[in-house]
Amino acid sequence: MTTTESDAPEAPKKTTVTVTVDGITFEAQPGELLIKAAQENGVYIPRFCWHERMKPVGMCRMCLVEIEGGRGYPPACTTPVADGMVVHSQNDTVKQIQDGVLEFLLINHPLDCPVCDRGGECPLQDQTLAFGPGESRFVEEKRHFPKPIPLSELILLDRERCIQCARCIRFADEIAGDVLIDFIDRGDRMQVLNFEEQPFDSYFSGNTVQICPVGALTATQYRFRARPWDLSTAETSCTTCSVQCRGAVQSSSNRLVRLLAVDSEPVNHGWLCDKGRYGLEWIHSDNRLLEPQVRDGGTRREVSWPDALDRAADAIETAKELHGADSIAVLGGARGTNEDAYVWSVLAKGVIGTDNVDAQLGDGLPAEFVLGMERAEIADLDGASAIVLLDHDVRDEVPVLFLRLRRAMLELGVPLVDLAPVAHGLSAHAAVVSRRVPGERITAAVHDEITRVTEGRDGPVVVVVGRGNLAAGADSVVGVAADLARVHDVRFLSTLRRGNVHGALDAGLTPGFLPGRTTLDAGRDWFAERWGGVPAERGLDAEGILRAAGDGKIRVLVLLGSDPISDFPDATLARRAIDAVDTIIAVDAFESESTERADVFLPCTLWGEKAGTVSNLEGRVQRVGRKVAPEGTAMDDWRIAGELALRLGRDLDLATVDEVTDEIARVAPAFAGVTSDIVESARDGVVLPFSAHAAEIVLRTRDLTLMADDGAGVSWDPIKVEGETPAEPVDEAEVAAPADAPPLYEWDGHAAQPDPPGRDAYALRLVVGRALYDDGRLVSEVPLLQRLVGEPELRVHPSDLARIGVDSGGQVKVTSTRGSQVVAVRSDAGVPAGIACMDFSADALGAALLIDARQPVVDLRVESLR
Amino acid sequence: MPDLTPNGATGGTSGGTGVEETRIVTRRLHDRVDDSWTLDGSLASGGYEVLRAVLAKGDAADVQEQVKLSGLRGRGGAGFPTAQKWSFLPPNSFPRYLVVNADEGEPSTFKDRMLLELDPHQLIEGITIASYAVQCNLAFVYVRGEFALGHERLTRAIDDARGKGFLGKNILGSGFDCEIVVHRGAGAYICGEETALLESLEGERGMPRIRPPFPAIEGLYAKPTVVNNVETLSTVPHIMQMGGEEYAKLGVNRSTGTRIFSVSGHVNKPGNYEVELGMSFRDLLYGLAGGIREDRKIKFFIPGGASSQWLTGSDEHLDAPLDMDFVQQTFGVMLGSGAVMVFDETVDPVLVAWRLAKFFAHESCGKCTPCREGTGWVEKVLYRMSQGLGRPQDLDLLVSVGSNISPGLVNAPFVQTTICPLGPSAVSCVASIDKFFRDEVLTRLSNDAGVHA
Repeated sequence: MTTTESDAPEAPKKTTVTVTVDGITFEAQPGELLIKAAQENGVYIPRFCWHERMKPVGMCRMCLVEIEGGRGYPPACTTPVADGMVVHSQNDTVKQIQDGVLEFLLINHPLDCPVCDRGGECPLQDQTLAFGPGESRFVEEKRHFPKPIPLSELILLDRERCIQCARCIRFADEIAGDVLIDFIDRGDRMQVLNFEEQPFDSYFSGNTVQICPVGALTATQYRFRARPWDLSTAETSCTTCSVQCRGAVQSSSNRLVRLLAVDSEPVNHGWLCDKGRYGLEWIHSDNRLLEPQVRDGGTRREVSWPDALDRAADAIETAKELHGADSIAVLGGARGTNEDAYVWSVLAKGVIGTDNVDAQLGDGLPAEFVLGMERAEIADLDGASAIVLLDHDVRDEVPVLFLRLRRAMLELGVPLVDLAPVAHGLSAHAAVVSRRVPGERITAAVHDEITRVTEGRDGPVVVVVGRGNLAAGADSVVGVAADLARVHDVRFLSTLRRGNVHGALDAGLTPGFLPGRTTLDAGRDWFAERWGGVPAERGLDAEGILRAAGDGKIRVLVLLGSDPISDFPDATLARRAIDAVDTIIAVDAFESESTERADVFLPCTLWGEKAGTVSNLEGRVQRVGRKVAPEGTAMDDWRIAGELALRLGRDLDLATVDEVTDEIARVAPAFAGVTSDIVESARDGVVLPFSAHAAEIVLRTRDLTLMADDGAGVSWDPIKVEGETPAEPVDEAEVAAPADAPPLYEWDGHAAQPDPPGRDAYALRLVVGRALYDDGRLVSEVPLLQRLVGEPELRVHPSDLARIGVDSGGQVKVTSTRGSQVVAVRSDAGVPAGIACMDFSADALGAALLIDARQPVVDLRVESLR
Repeated sequence: MPDLTPNGATGGTSGGTGVEETRIVTRRLHDRVDDSWTLDGSLASGGYEVLRAVLAKGDAADVQEQVKLSGLRGRGGAGFPTAQKWSFLPPNSFPRYLVVNADEGEPSTFKDRMLLELDPHQLIEGITIASYAVQCNLAFVYVRGEFALGHERLTRAIDDARGKGFLGKNILGSGFDCEIVVHRGAGAYICGEETALLESLEGERGMPRIRPPFPAIEGLYAKPTVVNNVETLSTVPHIMQMGGEEYAKLGVNRSTGTRIFSVSGHVNKPGNYEVELGMSFRDLLYGLAGGIREDRKIKFFIPGGASSQWLTGSDEHLDAPLDMDFVQQTFGVMLGSGAVMVFDETVDPVLVAWRLAKFFAHESCGKCTPCREGTGWVEKVLYRMSQGLGRPQDLDLLVSVGSNISPGLVNAPFVQTTICPLGPSAVSCVASIDKFFRDEVLTRLSNDAGVHA
């Protein structure tokens, strides 16, 4: 009797395929593309059109290979590996093909390398050197085009240099969804072009320059500014918004000249938005204040640092003595590093003793919710059973998160439940759309729809939650979040937009909390022991501080990189507060309407000038790099806090930024184990709390700061930081907070959501969102971006427009409880009837003068001017 | 444009040479010169009777079987066995589409145009039968943009056919539904390439797709799709009428049945001739097309459309049979789209090569590098040579550049570095002048002024 198969010991099922490329045999995942599998195993098959974050197209023909037993020469970029495949990428035939393709690419390519931005880091140059012919046999006249032509304000195109790989077109279509450029003409006259009278105005257009394999696409911001071999590089995170995309910032002659995207798998997939990429110039603005100033009589004059610090410390000390610690308030802190925020926390709460501290400016969400909610990571979008968008337009607020959302939906098929107040860039692809009137809760039907679309799908429901409407109170958002959390298995991804707002909240720059996501009450003893004291009671948030200031109860207001008059939604309230405060201490780099009234101005360093750590919207702690020395005598915010503490009688004993990072790791419970060493070596940073993510840690094996030395052409392919999992896994217990440390706060799901007031039939309820290019400080200091700021306008549904009796484009008078404005109105079918939508602006015509923070919602009367 | 009036409306004997056409697909348009394209003309000459019989029999598999037995091969150029193409459709994957390639753009080919203009009902019948065979309910006809009359007549014929119940829901009470959508191209040669055609049909820029996936698996709108040529489908009703085995008795070897050859150039009687495969080029060109003007000699001819390599007026070439496999294996040329372009001894082969190269350079879609850049380069060099500005090394340069588009510059079937066969097609002329006129060209080049003159 023979044994049946089931009796025989089961051979382990092979899950990989065996492939041989140029004599090197390796295992690869079935379905993986040959070009990628080969590269990961040490064989670089040359390519131009293939980019691993985009679908292969097999156009450039540079990666043709010979496969034994196969016919012809398939492109390695479109060929999936198969078991037993034997591939030649360097034999005589293939070499001849590579030679031929390069010769073809070069026949019409101008040899203007000496004046080309790509010269020195050009894949065409490099691959010609490595794989191409030594000389050209082409004696005919090359193709000519006028050069360059603008595709937009930011991007220039030199069609002579273009090698028609379509990377830019594919990026715009596939990744960004902005189908604004395409090929026209055909054959060797084929050109990339934008459509007539429609510039390539994509928020992500700069990525096309980075991935262009030649100098065809150049950026107006970087063009002719530097030669690649003169650049020095620091790895960093962009802090223009809270996604904190990984980047490599480059300088030449102590000026930041370029920011390149680094491909971080958990965060940005190698993309940046244009605001982040091209906004870096703001640090070199002529408008920067680089020396301390104090007000004497009516005018401010430059003084030495000691004098300015003394003056600030005196004001604080006097106010504390005369009116108590809570007569002092600190607003801001979301622009700096975690170290900046932490030391300011120590100064405010530990040294001065005030809890009137808020890094948010009334345009965010309650800290209780943000710090205590059950969190998702960005990558959780990919495996979510559904994504609920409880926000306005992520594209304008946290642009690269929009790309990740778009990918999760369109590539990975995750259904989107769109609860935004008005239609936006993802609405067309949403599985469920439910428009709420601002202030209202969601209905049972919405819950049913979520249940329906998640049926049969694994993974949590990821709720992307932000303050989509600055004209409605945050309570309504939290109310809906609570509703969702009650019914579904949800994780939240916060889209608070300010660069390091999550780091600042985690570092305790918010009332009622101490560093490390612990409450004032829970952490009182622990922090009192380490800091020498903490505030007695919970303090005021930004709105409370501004109200109290308006009532004369705040004597000293520290503006930590904030401008309440522009930043706070209700400009009327903010202006009254600023006018009423005795002493304003501004820690900033620029003058603003708020800092103009400052009595002491302390110039601080900005991103690019300082090292440290920051936390993104996932709570992922990563390093920012210092690439240039600050001009003038600008000082890091944390040092300023330390100096003030010293003058208030406390030596914080922090000499370097790493010492601050390490103190945070020791003191702040959520940061336990997140030492400067770990943040430095963790390839993808550390998601808090470390102990819950210890198993995920990957340690870097290569530093990007030597990028330029690695050879040219590094920027066009995904720039990756190589890493490996540590030999000894990180012990969770070792990086957990000590047993006696205060617990991390957990949101109890409670939301005080008042019933929204009824809206009368004549009013339109106001929705105020953010535009990427706004009148904020960064954009204002970068002329290139400033040109992209749109005109303020009110968008309403066509039926409301008809009712008001005005044509699209006409002027209307809008009136809220705060006042009246005259603005242009535009018809927009994406805005539900009964709603009026506007982008936030502190401009004279902006929404900030209509928003009334005293009301849960803002209703407008809109009248035709005729 | 050659005269499309059918030749020798009587019987098909031409000029008393004893050589005859074998009219199957072109029978009606010869027999009913006044109304072959109308519904009445069609019905009066047996139109839709095969469809009626096929649907009455109700055996889709039998249609596939008969087509398989017939040995029918695609008439668009590649000559792929039609039944085999149909069999690649994954079972149980619906919807699926039949796409009719009526984008006849191969220079000197004008047979599909004739079939569209003069016998659209035959095509509709073929489409319906083929759709029934592959169980598809929606067919698309991609008509070359320039075919205004063909488009008009086809559209009208579809309406008429629908009116009679030959199209639409429940055709002839069989329960089978089939609808035809006609789409007019915008004048790009590349859209005759089947995947570029599908792109264009979807509203995208006409550029070939990377294969795999092949259209049978992922074609129009990413659904299983069969793409067939007009003549191929027009043949299907006749195969069903005759029976596959009977049809296969026509022709020679694996080249079964008849094909329409579009003869043009320096023949006395250019036009479309439907002949049984296996006839010699000599019989086609001298027996049917009336021989060469002023009794000159043939210097060379292009046997299968502009994409093919050339043959010469030698006996060896003229006596070769119209057999797809034979000419490919023996001479490395193809019968392609069935267009024979004849050049007499007065013609400068370099000038012809340049004019062909200019066409391909103009029509290259630009998607892949070797074709985009290579076709333009070849055109520029040939132009220079044709204007007396060549250099001695230019012929070898052309051969080398051609080899980088089609490695080895070998014979059909093409080996290519490009995505589609347009690139290799563009350098067929280069291979041909090198093969047959190398000495003549080199002598000329050595006397030329050179590039900088």
